[in-house]
Amino acid sequence: MKERDQQISIHHGNGGVHMKALITELFMHFFENDFLLDQSDSAILPVIGKNIAFTTDSFVVDPLFFPGGNIGTLAICGTLNDLAVSGARPLYLSAGFIIEEGFKIKNLERIVRSMAKEAKQAGVKIVTGDTKVVNSGKCDKLFINTSGVGVIDAKHISISSGIRVKPGDKILLNGPPGEHGLAIMRARKIFNFKSNLKSDCVSLFPLIRDILKASDRISFLRDATRGGVATVVNEIAQKCKVGVEIDETCIPVNTDVRVMCEILGFDPLYIANEGKVVVVVDPADAITVINTMRKVKTGRNAAIIGEISSNHKGKVVFKTRSGGKRILDELMGDQLPRIC
Amino acid sequence: MCLGVPARVIHIEGSEATVILGSVKYKASLLLLNDVNLGDYILLHAGFAIEKIDCLEAEETIRLFNEISNLEKE
Amino acid sequence: MNTGNLPFIDEFRNEKVVNRIASQIKEISNKKVNLMEVCGGHTMTIHKNGLSGFLPENITLLSGPGCPVCVSSTRFIDHAIAIGRLPNVILTTYGDLIRVPGSSSSLEKEQRKGVEIRIVYSVLEALEIAKASKKKKVVFLGIGFETTAPASAAAILQAVKQNVLNFYLLSAHKLMPPALETLVKEDNQIDGFIAPGHVSAITGCDIYRRLTDIYGKAVVISGFEPVDILQTILMLVKQIESKQFKVENEYTRVVRPEGNPMAQTLMKRVFTPDNAEWRGLGWVPESGLSISEEFAAFDATRNFTVSVLARELPKGCICGEILTGKKKPSECKLFAVVCTPINPEGACMVSPEGACSIFYKYRE
Repeated sequence: MKERDQQISIHHGNGGVHMKALITELFMHFFENDFLLDQSDSAILPVIGKNIAFTTDSFVVDPLFFPGGNIGTLAICGTLNDLAVSGARPLYLSAGFIIEEGFKIKNLERIVRSMAKEAKQAGVKIVTGDTKVVNSGKCDKLFINTSGVGVIDAKHISISSGIRVKPGDKILLNGPPGEHGLAIMRARKIFNFKSNLKSDCVSLFPLIRDILKASDRISFLRDATRGGVATVVNEIAQKCKVGVEIDETCIPVNTDVRVMCEILGFDPLYIANEGKVVVVVDPADAITVINTMRKVKTGRNAAIIGEISSNHKGKVVFKTRSGGKRILDELMGDQLPRIC
Repeated sequence: MCLGVPARVIHIEGSEATVILGSVKYKASLLLLNDVNLGDYILLHAGFAIEKIDCLEAEETIRLFNEISNLEKE
Repeated sequence: MNTGNLPFIDEFRNEKVVNRIASQIKEISNKKVNLMEVCGGHTMTIHKNGLSGFLPENITLLSGPGCPVCVSSTRFIDHAIAIGRLPNVILTTYGDLIRVPGSSSSLEKEQRKGVEIRIVYSVLEALEIAKASKKKKVVFLGIGFETTAPASAAAILQAVKQNVLNFYLLSAHKLMPPALETLVKEDNQIDGFIAPGHVSAITGCDIYRRLTDIYGKAVVISGFEPVDILQTILMLVKQIESKQFKVENEYTRVVRPEGNPMAQTLMKRVFTPDNAEWRGLGWVPESGLSISEEFAAFDATRNFTVSVLARELPKGCICGEILTGKKKPSECKLFAVVCTPINPEGACMVSPEGACSIFYKYRE
């Protein structure tokens, strides 16, 4: 963070380099401990006899209801996914609500009902929570925080650190990127396009549980949320100090996402997702894992999109459909619709 | 000044044409283009149809390119 | 699952064809040549697809002043901000303008301070906003070249027809040919132009005649896909190797020799050519479009009284020389040190297709 960042700007929340700097230089600096240093989606906490995974997330979305979900489904699935990609089995959640005075109770009920449904489907219990109401104007309708705990087998602890990632490993993605971010845009009715775009918001635990059962050689998992798939593969390259190669022709495509990106000048790899996981696995098990993914709904379009390389460490090289190559960078500022 | 995509006309009403690409639909303005018919492909730029795609010309170009690339010795 | 195939797009991204044309270029290209593209869309395609990697070393691609955001002067941004700060004004704009730095602020920063700014995909959306907000004055920031100016013209004519009297245009529209001529007059390094395909779709092919006939430059009008650009480069190299210069059209599926007469008519009806300030080129005579007298009621410059001061470019910023292809982004002292996509100084870094932004992101 530069000296001149005296105020929080919207870029500090977009999953890109600004946010990374804020987290590292402020929160991690003051809250300093080994668990934080790992920068995993869940902290793996040793407790006598078991390892507990513990995570938290806050949800702020506009609009609250969008095609494919609402702030409540996001709050449950988002936290479940943070536990799942750490290799944990989610058990319990907390839910904290900050509600703006004047918010319609029938809408709150709708949201709470979806949260209950997601939790039940996932086999988790919401065991504690909190509610605050603030004066009109002091928060934007509704903010939700969910924290989650799960248990994790000792053999899965290294998954979020990526310590076993090595050149030759294959990189898998469970489906087409870009659906959630564009569904939000659709819900905001910013532009007058008619599409069927829906958020991919879903709990990834069943898929992840199945692939962890099918293979002992999965070396890394991360869900691709804000900042998109591009941000995750860059994290892999930097954290694991390896090169990453991605092939555009292998990435699953949602045609409506592709069309909107062509029209507005967006890159789907930088758009937010809420139901996509990047899996890194030893090449010997890549086909087994892909086939396991394709057996469940959330993975039916799974594909091998690239691999880990010993070249260009720390960088992601992207091979395009036309055969040319470029560096795939981290997200800087939010993508803006272009005319040129 | 460039970002334009080819889209197909599926409905025309007054000075607006509903165009489709993939399954995304948009009501493009025809204020800059006349003589547009159902089934035509237009170039969509900033909400306007700014030109018709000459499909025959496009297909001929594609055919020529493919011919050339098939002649390439491995 | 759909393959996601898009007609008239994917066929022009074919890897086999790209490789074949690249081979052809290597076969016939001997001379050292500098080719300039003057369109943000071309810059994007070249860099997104790593097309320079397909070319032999004797061909250098230069990025010229074709990004309407990059060439927007600081004065224009300051003017827009000054108008936006007035009571009951809604600014409407294309997306990529909101981060361009003005003297001391940007549209994005002003938005956070409470100025009402809305991003639109089409200027007609701005007109609808004006109709829905009768008590507000809605000002559309008109950037773009001949591709986009007709849209602004159409919007003004609709405003007349529908009696929308609270709709205004702040025009920074610019014309390509005067800028291109300024470039070749100043610089003999440029051997040929990858000419902008969508500008040409509106204007037709003749606007580049002076470049070939008087200045002896190769010109080929290009589409926006990788195959288009490589084919264009092949055609340019053929012209240069044979020293036979003429305006050729690679983008025949869209560009007609006469262009789009209807769009040209609307543009001529609503706008008059005027001197314009280009970031990097300075003032270029007859290179901008001002709203003609007949439509003065919709001209934001005439209807809002604000004071706007000019500002120098930040010290060390060589956006001007980069825009004219004289220097590369890496030669700028501020590049990647002070001026980054997160903290941009000049517009070349702000715009996603600005030469500096692309150089930063797509470095190979």
